[in-house]
Amino acid sequence: MSHSHLLHTSFIPTAPPSLRRRPRWAAPVPRTHQRIQSKIREIFMPALSSTMTEGKIVSWVKSEGDKLSKGESVVVVESDKADMDVESFYDGYLAAIIVDEGLSAAVGSTIALLAETEEEIELARSKTASPSAPASAPAAGNNDAPKVLDEKPSPVAAATPTPKASVGSAAVGALGSAVHPASEGGMRVVASPYAKKLAKDLGVDLKGVVGSGPNGRVVAKDVEAAALAAAKVSGGGGGAAVASPVAKPSGVELGSVVPFTTMQNAVSRNMVESLAVPTFRVGYTITTDALDALYKKIKSKGVTMTALLAKATALALVKHPVVNSSCRDGKSFTYNSHINIAVAVAIDGGLITPVLQDADKIDIYSLSRKWKELVDKARAKQLQPNEYTTGTFTLSNLGMFGVDRFDAILPPGTGAIMAVGASQPTVVGTKDGRIGMKTQMQVNVTADHRVIYGADLAAFLQTLSKIIEDPKDLTL
Amino acid sequence: MQASVSPLSTPLPPHFIARSNSNLRLCGLRREAFGFRSVSQFQNRGSRWTSVVSRNSRWGKQLVFSASATVADNGSVPPTSFDYDLVIIGAGVGGHGAALHAVERGLKTAIIEGDVMGGTCVNRGCVPSKALLAVSGRMRELQDEHHMKALGLQIAAAAYDRQAVADHANNLASKIRGNLTNSLKALGVDILTGFGTIVGPQKVKYGKVGLSDNVVTAKDIIIATGSVPFVPKGIEVDGKTVITSDHALKLEFVPDWIAIVGSGYIGLEFSDVYTALGSEVTFIEALDQLMPGFDPEIGKLAQRVLINPRKIDYHTGVFASKITPAKDGKPVIIELIDAKTREPKDTVEVDAALIATGRAPFTKGLGLENINVETQRGFVPVDERMRVIDADGKLVPHLYCIGDANGKLMLAHAASAQGISVVEQLTGKDHVLNHLSIPAACFTHPEISMVGLTEPQAREKAEREGFEISIAKTSFKANTKALAENEGEGLAKLIYRPDNGEILGVHIFGMHAADLIHEASNAIALGTRVQDIKFAVHAHPTLSEVLDELYKLAKVNPHATTKPLSEPVAV
Repeated sequence: MSHSHLLHTSFIPTAPPSLRRRPRWAAPVPRTHQRIQSKIREIFMPALSSTMTEGKIVSWVKSEGDKLSKGESVVVVESDKADMDVESFYDGYLAAIIVDEGLSAAVGSTIALLAETEEEIELARSKTASPSAPASAPAAGNNDAPKVLDEKPSPVAAATPTPKASVGSAAVGALGSAVHPASEGGMRVVASPYAKKLAKDLGVDLKGVVGSGPNGRVVAKDVEAAALAAAKVSGGGGGAAVASPVAKPSGVELGSVVPFTTMQNAVSRNMVESLAVPTFRVGYTITTDALDALYKKIKSKGVTMTALLAKATALALVKHPVVNSSCRDGKSFTYNSHINIAVAVAIDGGLITPVLQDADKIDIYSLSRKWKELVDKARAKQLQPNEYTTGTFTLSNLGMFGVDRFDAILPPGTGAIMAVGASQPTVVGTKDGRIGMKTQMQVNVTADHRVIYGADLAAFLQTLSKIIEDPKDLTL
Repeated sequence: MQASVSPLSTPLPPHFIARSNSNLRLCGLRREAFGFRSVSQFQNRGSRWTSVVSRNSRWGKQLVFSASATVADNGSVPPTSFDYDLVIIGAGVGGHGAALHAVERGLKTAIIEGDVMGGTCVNRGCVPSKALLAVSGRMRELQDEHHMKALGLQIAAAAYDRQAVADHANNLASKIRGNLTNSLKALGVDILTGFGTIVGPQKVKYGKVGLSDNVVTAKDIIIATGSVPFVPKGIEVDGKTVITSDHALKLEFVPDWIAIVGSGYIGLEFSDVYTALGSEVTFIEALDQLMPGFDPEIGKLAQRVLINPRKIDYHTGVFASKITPAKDGKPVIIELIDAKTREPKDTVEVDAALIATGRAPFTKGLGLENINVETQRGFVPVDERMRVIDADGKLVPHLYCIGDANGKLMLAHAASAQGISVVEQLTGKDHVLNHLSIPAACFTHPEISMVGLTEPQAREKAEREGFEISIAKTSFKANTKALAENEGEGLAKLIYRPDNGEILGVHIFGMHAADLIHEASNAIALGTRVQDIKFAVHAHPTLSEVLDELYKLAKVNPHATTKPLSEPVAV
């Protein structure tokens, strides 16, 4: 496709006429597969421009089993520049589509098989059926496996936890059966259009979902709830988990290779990126009796432990701004003007860090409400970018699983992350020589040593422990 | 939108044809109007016309004089002198266009309207729907976090006030209605209030419900009575949960889940509105694929953009055989039968159902029997010059029918163009309107527009007449302005004859497609060839370069004559 208009800007030379007037790009001539004696040809992802490395299948013009004539459009491919028709260079039958609509494939990888005769369609299909016999990838290094296009850069926007985990029957049993009043004794499922779409995306069987909509109709949130419940049943529940970046999806098919979702890709990128930062760790044991007592007292007002910890951390950070700083360019300190506490939350198929902004300034009750709102939004995949990208210090708490200590990876762009273990009764010796029982938790801070030094963390942790051991300031 | 069904193929969708034996149902208001009118036909006009004078405003007074001249003769003998040169029955867009042109040509003109001025388009169609679509377009944009982020914008959650949206649509209709009425008054067109009935050659009576009638004579008469939503048999419209476009445009509620019966222009536009406002939509389409009537390639792309990613699902190849409105806590129940086998197929339960199965001509009570004209499925038969054809196949002198009532091409602007064509003929210039040059548009986000033939139609014609066709296509992704707007999704397609450069059809799916089509429709109307128009300059960067690109991609036989049909402009 011509890009003459793109090139109208004065500093770029006009494209040669040969580039300007080509409505279609021909597919590379499909090569005959060496190992297959019969005339089954592969259709490859064509290179539609010099910069193209992968293409997305916009639509299949032909369906499996359709007859093709030479020169006929078979498939529409989206490159980095435009959608283009790909034509067949042979007569034959479209035997099997390997890369479905909406998926991407690397340039040169096989996207479909072309059979010369109708009889060979079955043969061609049998080739694609066995996953252990991949078509030989013509371009070195190119993976045949189609991958979901990374369309949405924000991890949250990637709403679908992709692995099509079919929700197990165990989970379904726990959810009860949906008997719609007008669904002929459960024979027919009444579900809204979006609920059906979601169910397909999340791999939820609608038959097992209880509808909460009008007349017992299954609506989107029912499907989301079912998917979440199923994930909990098999995954062991959703806590916070920085150390295990990818929560295990439910009902995975053993022996299969499941590509990352967009969110998982984002996590993966961040994790690798973190290796470029020189980090070190400092641990501290904090007595939480007073904090626990406070929590019991104000729990009924909707205050959560997460909010209390975030508040305590924020108050400590006020006194140690360097721990709230970060190193952006390797040459300077960036002292953040706000104290924004990001808290890691495991959600279905990934991990997100909703941010409690200005946690030092907001009162504990508002902070708790805010936290609840953020978690709901995170579960519904509705967090706005400023609600998960603006953290200056991160908290990760695995205490609810009984984990007593762990080590967190520092998220790129921030200076420090604190891993919080379970708070548990411990026998301790006191200064006056007695032995007593105290509830204690271990925290472990990972920090970027370019900006935060050992003494900084030590001082910060000391302040934090004082705040937690005498938590009256938290409710101010 | 409202005035159209599937303009390039049959004037009515297949539901209609398949059920042509069924009774046409009209919405409640209209049916009442019919009832009263048929009663009034039997009243003795002569004895009661004076009462109109006292009750009518200044328009009424004018009627007295015009009507008094003819009220005595009651027969079918054509009068020799006339109250008006032209009387138009129906003040919709068609009647309005005809009236304006008639005044310009010096004809003494009156327009009869029994309902509100402006007809379907202004009050219950194109105009209010554009107001709703303007809202839905913005909502869609604000809700598209990815799109906003790509532009560098951060928007907090977008929300809307239903009543304010409904008011916007209603206010727009009032404003346009006012403009239209004022333009007629300012030009000296008499507006006669009441339902018009043809009582004999060149003679029309009109009157308000419950009042006596007035009779006027006219040298020529144009029927422009338009259409009403078509509701298939078995569907009970209650105006609340089972509605037509008439009700939907008032936006009295936004259901969580609405079924839209019919996936043509009207259904598609409403799906855009409802999904933007948070509803989920189920389409019910009698044909095997959605969006019949569009060029298949455009339809496929449109489905990929307008249907698949949205909260929409669909049943195709089915009729809604029975729709029961919601009552007693039960939802709206829609029974579906297979379009071919007529076997019961499924039942759908929704919060509301919008019937968008096309439009039926509004021609009952016109008194066509008085002049031996029989409607065909309600449509008034006309020739290519809009002259009415009677039951014996003969032309009825001095009687024309334009717009939805003749069913040639059910679009507001087509009606207007037909009206202008008729006025041209009345003033001594023969004129035949080229319907293939009339563009059509669907105002979804992004928009769809088209003019001329679809690819299958063009191929069929090419085969029949023995010529080759070629296709040029371009993507909005190759357009700078579209990319600047971050709206690269779109396709434009030109169907032309490589031997002589004739443009057969242009189809656009993409941002502002409805505004872009006119360059192509003008080219078709004026007979401009591809090889000539490709030298016309387009401002850069604009979306109109999409068409420029098409013309430049086209490969016309270099020996084709450049033969512009119109005279070149002197410089």
